[in-house]
This record gives sequence, C-alpha cells and structure tokens, in this order.
Amino acid sequence: MAVPPEAAGAAESRGGSVDAPHKRQEKRDRVVIRFAGDSGDGMQLTGMQFTSESALAGNDIATLPDFPAEIRAPAGTLAGVSGFQLNFSSNEIFTAGDEPNVLVAMNPAALKANVDDVPPNGVIIVDREAFTDANLKRAGYTGNPLTDHSLDKFQVIQVDVTKMTASALHGSGLSNRDVFRTRNMFVLGMLSWLYQRPIESTIKYLDSRFKKRPEILEANIKTLKAGYNYGETAELFASSYEVPPAKITPGLYRNITGNSATALGFVAAAVKSGRPLFLGSYPITPASDVLHELSGYKNFPIYTFQAEDEIAGVSSAIGAAFGGAIAITTTSGPGMNLKAEAIGLAVKTELPIVVTDIQRAGPSTGMPTKPEQADLMMAIYGRHGEAPLPVIAAATPADCFECAFEAVRIALKYMTPVILLTDGQLANGAEPWLVPDPDRLPDIEVELRTDPEGFMPYLRDEETLSRPWAVPGTKGLEHRIGGLSAENLTGNVSYSPANNELMVRTRARKIAGIAREYPPTEIFGDTAGGDLVILGWGSTYGPIREAVKQLREKGKKVSHIHLRYLNPFPRDLEDKLRLFKKVMIAEMNMGQLLKLVRADYLIDAFGFNKIQGRPFKVSEIVNRASRALEG
Amino acid sequence: MATALTRKDFVSDQEVRWCPGCGDYAILAGVQKVMPEFGVPPENVVFISGIGCSSRFPYYMNTYGFHTIHGRAPAFATGLKVSRPELDVWVVTGDGDGLSIGGNHLIHVLRRNVDLKILLFNNRIYGLTKGQYSPTSEVGKVTKSTPLGSVDFPFNPLTVALGAHATFVARTVDVEQKHLGETLKRAHDHRGSSFIEILQNCNIFNDGAFNDVTDKGIKAEHQLILEHGKALIFGKNRDKGIRLNGHRPEVVALGNGVSESELIVHDESNLALAFMLGNFEAPLPTPIGVFYATSRPTYDAALNKQLADAKTKQGPGDLKKLLASGDTWTVD
Repeated sequence: MAVPPEAAGAAESRGGSVDAPHKRQEKRDRVVIRFAGDSGDGMQLTGMQFTSESALAGNDIATLPDFPAEIRAPAGTLAGVSGFQLNFSSNEIFTAGDEPNVLVAMNPAALKANVDDVPPNGVIIVDREAFTDANLKRAGYTGNPLTDHSLDKFQVIQVDVTKMTASALHGSGLSNRDVFRTRNMFVLGMLSWLYQRPIESTIKYLDSRFKKRPEILEANIKTLKAGYNYGETAELFASSYEVPPAKITPGLYRNITGNSATALGFVAAAVKSGRPLFLGSYPITPASDVLHELSGYKNFPIYTFQAEDEIAGVSSAIGAAFGGAIAITTTSGPGMNLKAEAIGLAVKTELPIVVTDIQRAGPSTGMPTKPEQADLMMAIYGRHGEAPLPVIAAATPADCFECAFEAVRIALKYMTPVILLTDGQLANGAEPWLVPDPDRLPDIEVELRTDPEGFMPYLRDEETLSRPWAVPGTKGLEHRIGGLSAENLTGNVSYSPANNELMVRTRARKIAGIAREYPPTEIFGDTAGGDLVILGWGSTYGPIREAVKQLREKGKKVSHIHLRYLNPFPRDLEDKLRLFKKVMIAEMNMGQLLKLVRADYLIDAFGFNKIQGRPFKVSEIVNRASRALEG
Repeated sequence: MATALTRKDFVSDQEVRWCPGCGDYAILAGVQKVMPEFGVPPENVVFISGIGCSSRFPYYMNTYGFHTIHGRAPAFATGLKVSRPELDVWVVTGDGDGLSIGGNHLIHVLRRNVDLKILLFNNRIYGLTKGQYSPTSEVGKVTKSTPLGSVDFPFNPLTVALGAHATFVARTVDVEQKHLGETLKRAHDHRGSSFIEILQNCNIFNDGAFNDVTDKGIKAEHQLILEHGKALIFGKNRDKGIRLNGHRPEVVALGNGVSESELIVHDESNLALAFMLGNFEAPLPTPIGVFYATSRPTYDAALNKQLADAKTKQGPGDLKKLLASGDTWTVD
C-alpha cells in the first residue's frame, strides 16, 4: 500500500499523460488483473511492467506473484503455470486482491489452474490459438472450454495473440521461436490500452534489457505497440477503463519488493552505523534475491559471501560480527533449522547478527515459492538451552526496509542476534514506496571498546545490559569467547552452578528489557475498546487491515492490532487486548502467536488459520470476524 | 621502538586443562614458542576453534580467541578474515572436528584458499567424548563404539587437503618441537590456506598411535623428513631411500650399487608427487614436512580487491542515490 496523505485536502495527484482514447471510457476505482501462462511465457515480466505502468499512472498498487518451484515444468502442464496478480486502485489498498476481475490465460493449463478464482461475470482473456487439442490434453481438459459453454458465466474474450504477433513481426527475419516469445508484449500492449496505462516505461525497460540485441528489442516494441493498437481498434472491447490516480502523500516513489526493501534496509543500517556490511548466505528460495541484490553494492562496502551451506552462512556472519562488521545472514525455513546451533552460540557469546528468515510453506521442503508464517515458534524458541533473542516481523514489502534497519539497530545496541521474519509473499510482492531521505534516518551508534582500563568481556552496560564490542586488532583487549558456560564479567570458562543461572537470567533480562523502548502499540479502530480485535503479525497485515476497514464501514466494532515486535512482546499488549470483548488471531499457521498470547496473558483468544501457501483473502477474514461477532 | 615479543606475550592466564601427558601440551608449547618470531602483536592474532580436545586451544593463547561450534571453525574464520584481512587468523581443529562433522567446511575453505593457518590435530580417536573411533581411525579399530572393530574406511587428512587443492599442505609431529616450529613458520609465511596435519598422541584413548614416528628407538627408520630439492633419504644411518620402480615408490638400501642419484628428489610444487607421498603406508616410511606448496590468489584478497575496484569505479556507496534508484516517479 502506498502512503496516504497525512492531511485531508493534500495535493491532488498528477494527471495521466495517455493518449486520448477514441472509444468510450469508463471509470473504475479498482481493478485486479491476473496474468497466467506457462513458466516460459514471461508472465512475471508482463505483470511487473504492468505494475510499473500503473504506478506511473498514479494508482496505489499491490502485487502477488505466484510461480512454481520448478524453473520450467513441462510446457503446457498445470505444474508449469506461472501467475502474477496485480491490484491497482484510486484508493489506498492493502492486498493484491481476493479474486481477479480480469484473468489473462495464455494457454489451457493457465485457464484451468486459475478459472476457479474468477468471480461470475469476470473477464477472461485467452489466446485462442493456444487451445489446441494437444494443449488441452496436456492441461487435462477432455473438451474445449472455449466451445463447450463451461465458461458461460464469464465474459470470455478470445484473441488470436499468436497469429497477430506473427503478423506484426512478419518480415522481421526472427525465428518462429523468437517471435512466439514476444507474445507477452502483445498482451501487455492490449491490457495497457484497455486500462489506459502509458507504455513509455515499458519501452524504456525493453531498451535497457535488450540493449545488445537490437532485433529483439525492435520486435518486442513492435509487438507491444501492435497489442496497444489492437485494443484500440478491435471490436472486442466496448470501452476502455480509467482507474484515476490515488490520493498519495507527495514525494519520490519507486516500486519495491520485500526482498529489495530488506536488502536496502541492511545497506542503510550499515551506512548509518559507519561499519562495513557482511552477508554470509546460501542460496535458498525465496531468500536468494537479497544475496543477489547486496552482491551488486560492493562499493559501500558490502561483503557478500556465498557459503558452502547454511551453517557456514551464519557462522561466517558471526565471525564477521566478532571482527566488527554489521553481519547478516538470509535464509528460509530449512536453512533456519540448520543455523540453530550457530545462532545459539551468538546468543551465548552476545555477538550482533541479524538472521533473516523469509518464511515459506513447510514442513520440510514444503512449497518453496509459497508463503507461510509457521516459523514463529522456531524463531522464538528454536534453539537448545535457554537462548532468548529478539524477533521482529515485517508487515508489508516496504516495511521490510524499516524492519531490517530496526533489526540491525537492536542487534548492535543490545549485542544480540536478532531474527527478522518476512515471508515469500512479502519477498516477491511489491508496492509503491515513498523513498526515504537517508539524512532523516536515525544514526545507529556503534561504540567499539578501545580502552583496556577496566575492560572485561562481560562487564555490562547498566541500562541495556549489553556487553562491550571489543574487536580483534584492539591492543590490550585480547580475550577469548566461546560456547562454554562463562564466568560473569571475565568470560572465562566456568561450571559454577550459580554463575550459570546468573548468566542465563541476565541474558534473558537483557532481551526482555528491549521492550522498554518500543513505541506504544497502535490500535486501528476503537482505541478505547470494542467488540472484537483482530491481532496479526507479518504479511497478514494487508488482508486484516482491509477486512477491518470493510467491517467498520458496516458499523462493526472491529479493530486491528498488528505486531512488529514478537519477542519480547510490547509491554502494553496485554492491556490493549483486554480492552476488547473478543480477540481473534489470524495467522498463516496452526496458531503459534495464539499459543503465545494465551500462555503469556491467559487471554481466551481464538485463532483463524490458513495453511495453504496462500495469503488470506479479505473476504475470509470478514466472514470469520462476522461469525465471531454474532456468536 | 616496539620491544620484541616474547613467548610470555602469547600465554594466557588460564590453567591448561588437557589430560596430563596429552600431545596437545607439546603443540601449545611449540606454537607459543614460535609466535613471537612472526612479529605479529597478540592483538592482531586470532585463534578460532571448533569442538573437541584440540579446540580448547584458544583459551590458552593470550590473543583474541573464539571457541565456536563443532566443525564450523573454518566458516567463522572465513567471515572474520574476509572482513578483516589484516588479521592473522588461525584455525585449530581435530580429526573429528575437521574431517567428520566439519569436513565440508574444511574442503571448501581449502579450495577457496582463504588466508588462514589451519592446524589439524590428528590423534585418530574421539577424545573429548571418551573414546569412539574417528574418521582417521584405521579399519579394525576396537573402540567403545566399535567393539568388533571398525569397518569404516578412514580419511587421510593430507590427501583430502590435496584433493581440495589446498595451496600449502604439511605434516608434523607433536613431540618433534624443532620440526613443528619450522613447519609452523613455513605455514605462516605462506599466503593462502596453510594446512598442517599434526600427529598428536592421545595417551588416554589411543596411546601410541604414532609410536613408529615418535619412539626414539625406531623413529629414524619410519620417519621420512621431506626437504624441497633433496633426495628422499631416511634411516638412522641415512642409508635408505625412496626410488620409483615404474610408477611405484619403493624403499631401497643405499650403497651396493644403488646411488642417491636414483632416488626421488622432493619437489614441493609437484602435486602428483605430493599425492604419492601423502599415500605412503608401511612398509614405506611416514613422510613429514611440507608436501606441497603453491601460489594461488587468496579468496579474501580477491574479494577485497573487488570491493576496492568497485569503489574506484563507482565511487563510495551513495545511500541517497541507491534508495532512489530504479523506476521512480514523483507525486506532487
């Protein structure tokens, strides 16, 4: 979601710059489009470009890519269907939309995999020529849905995309295969006309992407324009649609995915702390993009180390933290399991690292490209022994920036590993981001110990209880740390029973104390209390907030609290929850936050859970909350 | 002017807690003795270890030290060395730590050639867990976990290191203080991953594992000291040598028509020869010394060069520019 203007009457946004349409134009305040095709059909690219065009047209946007783990499943099969859903609106929006108003299906498999999500009277645009007997069979159709009336409840628009792409490129000298691959640009052009999006940004993008292959560049642009012109002249569409710009806080914007925002948050934290950044990481879906992105920023300086495994990823980060770097590691669920022992060492030796878990659907390998929130308990408790650490979770793609920055700040201030939770939906989902001014970001103070006078490795700061950061190369501070139980102050190996309890309790107190600096917990809705509060964390922010807004518009006394700080909990959380008659906790797991809230506060909260590798639909939350209000 | 460093500068105030008679004492003494000669002040030296008897080593050095988790010391050391290339970083590991649970990290650190000095104490037994066979124990070894004898074929640390394309591979012996010191010096002078297998006696669970190369009465007949450019000669009277018979090495008695010129001359730059020597087993003698030394860019230097080049080419990181990069638009 974009940032809404702070005051009513804030500047009206800019006008569109599209050509005046020749046909009738209708207004819509929001549209959800899903592009679906074979993995090789370029649907992600099509979706992202349509997103850019929509952002430039001034809409608020939210996206959700949905692609298979297989890079190229057999062409034309259900397993190979790749989708990209985009919600664009004149109003503030919070999700990529429950169901598409428009489904673009490039082949029968794409239709079959997605048609159930399209509401009655929804628009389905298909490439007619892709509905061959062979393709229908591969998708598991026994008849042809384009002719057997099974799609009668939808508005089906059949377009000869393949043929028209071929005509547009007639005489170009390109191979049939290269021609076929530009089909997605025809579709993008057509949809761009239909929703009056400017295509200049896509042309600019193609320019840079195919700089070295002018013939491919030319073909793509030609096909894009052919699609645009086809939309305008063909009789298929009675009108085009205008989705007027949303009211958005003035400023400089860019689209950002959660993974990009996470990477940039780390860079910003390193710059504001004046220390080099070190990322030790092993490739894993859906976390690898953070590694890719940071690998491109070496001049900051940023060290990226692609380790031999997950354990080496976190271990190298801890080694770098011992040496004074801003040290991070990025992974997803399976990698978290492998890193657990090393994270415990960082807890024990009190070294600052940030472990980013970009959650995916489990257990085991699960559904690597699909989001879930089932790593919460593991993040908080998943180490042997008493090994508490702070856990924070990002709520939206753009929020990943702030959370990454905050995670580093806490790690350094309290000399502790911090776990940052995002998920596959945030990682790959995108939204407009009001680009922050680095001068207005807070400085992160780093105090490396240099004075040998009175130095002891575990002599703590009285307020934060953090120990000094004394890095190799500092004369007079030579000391040894390790995983063995250590004596208070000196850090020397100690098996003293009382000392062990003292150290365990002190570390726990240090972590618990972090809650003292949290901002007050915000209630969206009835700040003095009401019938129902929906408590959430992480990527469920969008659907919960939208659902609560819809319920409140109907006069329901429903509110929303969203947690960024999951360990330790905010100190005011219990009191805030007790303001409400009922507490519903919506999360994409079997009820992990629910257990924590019930255990900590003895509040009789109830859960609303979904474990399908898909985000909540707004309607699902609205329905569940409505039932709770009745019962 | 700085005063010269002494052994005392490297001795910590902690009581050493290995079993009396453990070979680790000798190695510790050897390292502490030779460290001052490197001229690196203690604050710039870091010892990183994993888990096991050998891995208690850092506590006894008055340098920076990090006793980490089982098998992972090379990974911790890599993160530190890459981001702080000016430090002198040592890894202390054992046959279980380095070749069993940590085998993966060991081979990868060696192939990357991170500029680390890696000391692998090989006693062919799990000591800290009180006597199970290790990945270097011989087949048939009877231990607590192999009452009928081990059926597990062992690793040879040297050929593992050579196979991973380590750029410096050596072997020495805990009680051979002079040789230990010289080997450490060679390792320290080398730029890149220096791998030293140190044959180390566990007098509690595997006493006498290396008797043939440590027993004063017989060691001269079993120890082959490698010296670059010199013929492979051993024996109390230096009357035996190693000759190639076809492609196979054999022990020959010198004299009686066999001259030194027929013997193999050690060449540290010859990987094939290093492999052959690494695979020596009875009746061939046990080689000690530098098997292989070559020069290859180190990972840490190469990565730091990329960072420096990026800065020269793009200028120092500009956060404002970075945040505002990509497709942007302005809302008025």
